[in-house]
Amino acid sequence: MTALQKAECVDLSDETQIKPFTFNFGPQHPAAHGVLRLVLEMEGEVVERADPHIGLLHRGTEKLIEYKTYMQALPYFDRLDYVCPMNQEHVFALSTEKLLGITAPERAQYIRVLFAEHGRILNHMLNLTTFALDVGAITPALWIFEEREKGMEFYERVCGARLHANYFRTGGVAQDMPAGLAEDMMTWLEELPKHIADLEGLLTENRIFKQRTVDIGIVKKSEALDWGFTGPMLRGSGVAWDLRKSQPYDVYDKMDFDVPIGKTGDCYARYLIRVAEMYESIKIMKQCLENMPKGEVRCDDYKVSPPPRAEMKQSMEALIHHFKLFSEGYHVPAGETYTAVEAPKGEFAVYLVADGTNRPYRCHIRAPGFLHLQGFDFMTKGHMLADAVSIIGSLDIVFGEIDR
Amino acid sequence: MVDEPINTEEQHDEDDCLQASREELAQYISANLKDYLVSREWQKDELCLNIQREDICYVLKFLRDDARCRFTQLVSVTAVDYPDHTERFTIVYNLLSMTNNDRIRLKTSARETDIVPSATSVFSSAGWMEREVFDMFGVAFSNHSDLRRILTDYGFEGHPLRKDFPLTGYVELRYSEEEKRVVYEPVQLTQDFRSFDNLSPWEGMTDVQLPGDEKAVRPEFGWQPTSTNVEHKE
Repeated sequence: MTALQKAECVDLSDETQIKPFTFNFGPQHPAAHGVLRLVLEMEGEVVERADPHIGLLHRGTEKLIEYKTYMQALPYFDRLDYVCPMNQEHVFALSTEKLLGITAPERAQYIRVLFAEHGRILNHMLNLTTFALDVGAITPALWIFEEREKGMEFYERVCGARLHANYFRTGGVAQDMPAGLAEDMMTWLEELPKHIADLEGLLTENRIFKQRTVDIGIVKKSEALDWGFTGPMLRGSGVAWDLRKSQPYDVYDKMDFDVPIGKTGDCYARYLIRVAEMYESIKIMKQCLENMPKGEVRCDDYKVSPPPRAEMKQSMEALIHHFKLFSEGYHVPAGETYTAVEAPKGEFAVYLVADGTNRPYRCHIRAPGFLHLQGFDFMTKGHMLADAVSIIGSLDIVFGEIDR
Repeated sequence: MVDEPINTEEQHDEDDCLQASREELAQYISANLKDYLVSREWQKDELCLNIQREDICYVLKFLRDDARCRFTQLVSVTAVDYPDHTERFTIVYNLLSMTNNDRIRLKTSARETDIVPSATSVFSSAGWMEREVFDMFGVAFSNHSDLRRILTDYGFEGHPLRKDFPLTGYVELRYSEEEKRVVYEPVQLTQDFRSFDNLSPWEGMTDVQLPGDEKAVRPEFGWQPTSTNVEHKE
């Protein structure tokens, strides 16, 4: 028997079962948007199974909050989704206000909506440009980051910090907007559509960009609901749902804006929605600036918000309130609430359990990116490796909020 | 202000009407799930159902598929640890109905040794959220296809969000130059862990009670003496 015949006689049925090739993507990969480690099982260049390993940025925020007073807990929210810090603060301020049974003064509500939408623009600017970067376009990042940086200056002017704002407080905002800020913001908003149009000019009809995103990572309506998708991920699949419209908080019910809905549910639809949302956000911000009433920016209950600095120089009572507020903090009556806002990435919520003391008993943070990344496996199945990068870009994930 | 002031009376009528329809829905759910419901309550304006943990899948399925409920999204699964309760973990499910524009909360409880049925057969979104509850609290779920730790380190021991897990943890890690790898060591604090509660009987705050006060009067809500924060209870 020749060697060839021998080889033919051997039953190869077991050995031809080639194990899928498994490899690591990240956690140091530039397209992983942070510290994402993906374990990918590949069949050639096609992804068979994706297993995201998360938690590399886990800081135990929920545990830390249990050991802090309500006032000290708020800055932790800046550190979740650090691309749009104030949107996170918003949800904690609203949930504590709900348990305390107070509402912020109208001017404070306008300022909050203004900066929530500002955060949405900054978030989408970062997401869309880095998404474009991942699929091969460098110019959008170079052009748009300049505008984003101008936007960050408004953050700095209103709260003193570029990122860790600690600006939205229970019962209002930390301080009023400085003089001249509204006018400068208006000027920025007037110019912004031109820059977004530039972004669109570079990407929307770009052949390469469309090749990389159209029909990639399609999410059906039923899948989006089943997997708990929210925000642009849900609207991209054609579900008309936006918490700003359906369950308006603060002064969103007074704002005139549209909610863009996608048709195809692919990466391209999500891109289009984010671009359209930026235009809507500009509309809302302009309305806020035009209609903003004068008045207080913090609720006048000194048990919850600190008294004005000037009054502390005159009044013993105010001084005591200030001291007690910053040492003991305020007590939140026992109760629980699930409060959600429409953050740029989707439904961002806290489930807050108060036991009547000055610290939260439990503060569960519901991050939209956590559920979006969970759906990554079914979205990438059968796609090429390069498409997985497109899908990560369109998920809009930030590890600060996913790992918490 | 450019907007006309809203007619407050009209607003109240609208709110009452909305609340009435929500109450109606709550009664409809109670009527249909009366064999499964332990209790039903309104927490602020949020509806909360307490159920037995064996029934969780049936109740979720009913709430998702029933034509009047249509709670089609499971938005969050989490747990709360109450070490004093016999069943120390409360597992909380939050659902959202887009057709009703309403939310609902389901609650069930479990001991450390109990196994809770997984909701993954009803909602795919439960997968990672239950993994997180397992990781953080050590609550096990049956019929979960992939119950691994999710947020903590590979080989981590303990469940960080349990109330008896210290904030500082047990191990810390550093890169060892000699061994050329990351090594795990017991936590060494340069200063004792301090936790200030600052609770005081400040008038005008909620009904606060300090250690020792319970001999005189017990507050309706607010700080309650427990075995951990009162040394000489009796």
